[in-house]
Amino acid sequence: MTTDLLSVKNLVTAFRTADGDVSAVRGVSFSIKKGETLCVVGESGCGKSITSLSVMGLLPSNGFIKEGSIDFKGLNLTQISSEELRKIRGKDISMIFQEPMTALNPVLTIGYQLREPLILHHKLNKSNAHKQGIELLKQVGIPYPEKRMKQYPHELSGGMRQRVMIAISLACHPQLLIADEPTTALDVTIQAQILDLIQDLKDKLGMGVMMITHDMGVVAEVADRVMVMYAGEKVEEGSVESIFENPQHPYTKGLLNSVPNLDEPDFELEAIPGSLPNINEEINGCRFHPRCPYAMEKCVVQVPDDFELHGDHRVKCWLQEVDEGADNRQKIVHT
Amino acid sequence: MPTTVKKSSILKLERVKKYYPIKGGLLKRVQGHVKAVEDVSLEMFEGESLGVVGESGCGKSTLGRAVLGLESVTEGKVIFRGQELQHLSDRNRLPFKKQMQMIFQDPYASLNPRQRIGDALEEVFIMHTKLSSKDRREKVIDLLNEVGLKEEHYDRYPHEFSGGQRQRIGIARSIALNPSVIICDEAVSALDVSVQAQVLKLLKTLQSKYGLTYLFISHDLGVVRYFCNRVMVMYLGNTAELASAKQLYENPLHPYTKALLSSIPRPSIERNRKRIRLEGEIPNPANPPSGCTFHTRCPIATEICKQKKPVWRDMGDQHYVACHHVEKGSEVL
Repeated sequence: MTTDLLSVKNLVTAFRTADGDVSAVRGVSFSIKKGETLCVVGESGCGKSITSLSVMGLLPSNGFIKEGSIDFKGLNLTQISSEELRKIRGKDISMIFQEPMTALNPVLTIGYQLREPLILHHKLNKSNAHKQGIELLKQVGIPYPEKRMKQYPHELSGGMRQRVMIAISLACHPQLLIADEPTTALDVTIQAQILDLIQDLKDKLGMGVMMITHDMGVVAEVADRVMVMYAGEKVEEGSVESIFENPQHPYTKGLLNSVPNLDEPDFELEAIPGSLPNINEEINGCRFHPRCPYAMEKCVVQVPDDFELHGDHRVKCWLQEVDEGADNRQKIVHT
Repeated sequence: MPTTVKKSSILKLERVKKYYPIKGGLLKRVQGHVKAVEDVSLEMFEGESLGVVGESGCGKSTLGRAVLGLESVTEGKVIFRGQELQHLSDRNRLPFKKQMQMIFQDPYASLNPRQRIGDALEEVFIMHTKLSSKDRREKVIDLLNEVGLKEEHYDRYPHEFSGGQRQRIGIARSIALNPSVIICDEAVSALDVSVQAQVLKLLKTLQSKYGLTYLFISHDLGVVRYFCNRVMVMYLGNTAELASAKQLYENPLHPYTKALLSSIPRPSIERNRKRIRLEGEIPNPANPPSGCTFHTRCPIATEICKQKKPVWRDMGDQHYVACHHVEKGSEVL
């Protein structure tokens, strides 16, 4: 067993608003090992991006980590100064964003933006950084890298820009890569190229990857482990096989059933009724119960416990208690 | 999926082209054209859902807009129930606009943020009918109920709705005048999956209730598989393949269709599928490649593909494809 690269415990991230503090992430715990891909799935507003921004220390100015710890290689990221965090960010942990056009600076050349992390973190001089930048562009499969170094982001296509983003994020050989919907804005053929690229580089460099996505197809393709989030909470977590073959939480099942299956034409879609709650909406008991087809009385009043199925498949749902196989399921006692 | 019953033709496109001029230089002369849609022919039958798929920039949205007359066509014919539409003035087109409606991708952008939903929907009736304001209100409330909204939503503003609800409003607007054809331009792409499934189901219910014909433009092949009877694949303004959904997904003939299908991440954990990975990206439509426009990325392209544009071949069973190497493709890929 390798030790955890990143371990997040009971993270609560809140925003100061005119109506008081609003929690976007409500007590989420997870960990990522070296060379492992964790996919965080959920619909918009479930707190998956805020979770990743909390790890990066890039929360918007009114956001703050209220509780919990983020442990990266023995260092608690919530305790260190922003100065120290800046030394880690971009070097040991780096991030790929959804929209490469807004993440890249439009008035600086690709070369400048690619050299920057190398000069800052690896203390290279400009010409060495330039050489290494060209190497990086080659690594992510960009043709004519010498020419690209002199170009501006608007001169590249969406797929190329995302490749540049990946090159920048990999510049300092990070141990943890956080990818927030890296392929959502891209066409499918380009998406396939980018996913392959991230996978290849992960294998080559042995990074841990935290991939945030809403696409169950992407999850099945790249994940080792999956964490499903709903309305700021983690509802289910397990290995990718376990989640797809034996989903336990009604929300996970709902998500899987609302994606049309290409290989089974007669597959009937089952929509989840209702829509996602607002983050400031207070819901008693289980946060999914207003939309859950199996909701019981208990779900309305009491927050569900975490249950462990086997291995590391965990689910937060009262149904586990009434399920036939419930006897051999362990309730997890929070420490 | 309903069995294919031969139905009457409702909408026909004949060799439709849409070029956008590129102007430049001191005198703003036309320097070239963006060939958004190049020579598309198509026939739609009553009550069917025809999917148009392709990557961004392949001309699928332009095609939809050209059908509605939101874009004038450069060449070719748009025929609705035997009547040619492409040269009609706006005034003469009005009765046809009732018959053909559109659902847009971003429902928020297509609603006026300062207009109440009820007023926005009533506008349709003011424009096209002579109903009294009381009747209009009743009609609108019926419509809201039809799409799964409530009477109380009448007086609300667009920002008070969620994405899925806004799309329902867009659907209500499009069915208000009992049209026969509805063009859905990425109608569910902006929605979360759980909500997307709700909207798709609503569209299907409305189709069986009113016998609607859908032209369903989407980049999501999974959704198209679920929703459509027939599918047309476009690449760089050209049609690559057209077949029944079953045929196209089970027995794709064009290398581009094959690559598209194998690029989609499937929500199942079987990871040993054979994949076709395309190199490179979509070329610039202002300067498309010669011959078959796909040859720059095609894994089986040969010399002839660079020189000659492939003809639209009928492979039987309503399956059409534009490729020089259909036979070779089925062996190699």
